Amino acid sequence: MDTETMAEETRAKRPIRWHVGVFLAPAVLVYTAFMILPLFGTLQLSLFRNIEQSQVFVGFGNFRTLFGDPNWSVNFWNALRNNVWFFIIHMLVQNPIGILLAALLSSPKLRFTAFYRTAIFVPTILSFVIVGFAWKLILSPIWGVAPHLMDFVGLKSFFTPWLGKEQYALTALSLVSVWQFVGIPMMLIYAALLSIPDEVIEAAECDGVTGMAQFWKIKLPLILPSIGIISILTFVGNFNAFDLIYTAQGALAGPNYSTDILGTFLYRAFFGFQLQVGDPNMGAAIATIMFLIILAGVCVYLFLVQTRLRRYQF
Amino acid sequence: MKTKLLTALLLGTSILGTTGMALAEDVTLNIESWRGDDLTIWKDKLIPAFEAKNPGIKVVFAPSAPTEYDAALGAKLAAGSAGDLITCRPFDKSLELFKKGNLADISSLPGMENFSPVAKAAWQTDDGKSSFCVPMASVIHGFIYNKDAFDKLGLKVPTTRDEFFAVLDKIKADGTYIPMAMGTKDLWEAATMGYQNIGPNYWKGEEGRSALIKGEQKLTDPQWVEPYKELAKWKPYLGDGFEAQTYPDSQNLFTLGRAAIYPAGSWEIGLFNTQAQFKMGAFPPPVEKAGDTCYISDHTDIGMGLNAASKHPEEAKKFLSWVASPDFATIYANALPGFFSLNSTPVKMEDPLAQEFVSWRGKCKSTIRSTYQILSRGTPNLENETWVESANVINGTDTPEAAAKKLQDGLDSWYKPAK
Repeated sequence: MDTETMAEETRAKRPIRWHVGVFLAPAVLVYTAFMILPLFGTLQLSLFRNIEQSQVFVGFGNFRTLFGDPNWSVNFWNALRNNVWFFIIHMLVQNPIGILLAALLSSPKLRFTAFYRTAIFVPTILSFVIVGFAWKLILSPIWGVAPHLMDFVGLKSFFTPWLGKEQYALTALSLVSVWQFVGIPMMLIYAALLSIPDEVIEAAECDGVTGMAQFWKIKLPLILPSIGIISILTFVGNFNAFDLIYTAQGALAGPNYSTDILGTFLYRAFFGFQLQVGDPNMGAAIATIMFLIILAGVCVYLFLVQTRLRRYQF
Repeated sequence: MKTKLLTALLLGTSILGTTGMALAEDVTLNIESWRGDDLTIWKDKLIPAFEAKNPGIKVVFAPSAPTEYDAALGAKLAAGSAGDLITCRPFDKSLELFKKGNLADISSLPGMENFSPVAKAAWQTDDGKSSFCVPMASVIHGFIYNKDAFDKLGLKVPTTRDEFFAVLDKIKADGTYIPMAMGTKDLWEAATMGYQNIGPNYWKGEEGRSALIKGEQKLTDPQWVEPYKELAKWKPYLGDGFEAQTYPDSQNLFTLGRAAIYPAGSWEIGLFNTQAQFKMGAFPPPVEKAGDTCYISDHTDIGMGLNAASKHPEEAKKFLSWVASPDFATIYANALPGFFSLNSTPVKMEDPLAQEFVSWRGKCKSTIRSTYQILSRGTPNLENETWVESANVINGTDTPEAAAKKLQDGLDSWYKPAK
């Protein structure tokens, strides 16, 4: 009984900590105004439809159209399929190469590491417009350097106008995107590798674990949490991608919609294109689905993957 | 920067406008437009010509950026601050403004009788009863060719399809030039410079276009599939890697003299004149047999309407009547070769290439692009799908029949023609 009253007294004595609220307020306000409100605005917009110049509530009608009407659903599934392929290429090419580069950079024997690091990271800070335009020129069958360089080493017969062929365009663009963003996994992994304490490495060397074995058995398990973060960043980035496809292939994501991903599909629906008048409500419905896909992916990662990752404290 | 310039411009116009009124009691008319490129032509040629004849009316041309125009205009109309005269985009965008009551009905405006029904179609209600913009200019499709190359290879300008393909074969056999400069990467080249260019000869221009809108013809009918079959035959004459060739690539290939024939729109004339170092000529889309009636795509592109909320409707109508007059047409068409006046009175033009294009109006029948009126209002959008399918046909991804069927199925899914 005594202890209870004492606890109450201390609680009463403790002053209200205004500063917590004050310090949180700017972030909360800005985040709410620019992220949370628009998000709910989009969700709300997706439940309405413009009928005779006025917004009418239609429940899940737009979603039924999106999945039930073949004019929409065929394009949607095509965009989703392409988007998944876009993501797979990044996971299979960008991240392993990023890890490899980081491992090479962290090797003490390598000289000019600062130069390599910068050179590989530079494309990441370039604008999509520059990257899209530059690669369009590089791969151009008419003025591009790619056909000439390939001719130089006798591989001209392997050159095709990749960006114009239905079967190659998406893969080509994915690889361009990989080229642009490989610096990010490289930097993150590089930082993780540097944070591995020397004692662990020295202990491994005493036990005779060196070279490749050291990488696989000691370093890789220690950087797994970073690889997890990179995977989820890649996932979110890829399913929100739009700019590169738009600058390289245009809003119709040709040839024959073969490079259409969710971002370009959303753009055409929301803003319209040429004679197609934009439909903000259908656009919002697509944006909502994109949000749900990303949310599901992030949840899978948070609840299934991250909880199982073992962290090592040094 | 652009917005700053725009604000400065708008601010400038408003100050000038008010001082003008205060001093001389002049009426000032403001023109809304997306054609910032034409600013000097309006300021130095068109407006002085009008003001000289109409003392007491001052006109100010106040353009916005093309990509911002529709949104900016919508906001200004809603706020009541839009100019008295509004430059009209063709078809649905302007029709929507008219339906909202932003554009006045000018069917009875003096001067409107100077235009043919086809010219007016872009700015009329679906039933054709009310007009709301004065047609200003159109662009014509055809083929521009490298005259020097034709002379060197001893080729004659083709008039029939057989001659056309014979010419292409000869250029290809010679090997100096790429027979035809066109790519499918940007999609619209294949549709606009390809399908809509050669198509009217097959579907007989307006006859086929209106039958399609009425539902009497289908895109799967032979006259709509045949142009695709011809497009498919173009493939071997296009340059290496045409699948990844963009629109600027095609323009450069031609103006650098590497290609002999360019499927064109007349808007290229201005640019080609400054870039190409060789003589150029033009020919209309070839017909099937010599002597057949030819049809050309003479696509209405730009018009001008009256803001229904204008404070000076009488003066604005005076200006519009002048825009509808041959005087305006002569100045405009000569300042912008390739943008042709829609006026029924023939306009004298200096540019030989532009003269060649416009001369086809005399011997051929004019039509507009088949997908623009009414048929591109739904989902899937017929115009966009035509881009994709035209490129598919040339790439060989789809057969002409399959492409036509896809387009018709898409159209059927939302378009129910009134019967």
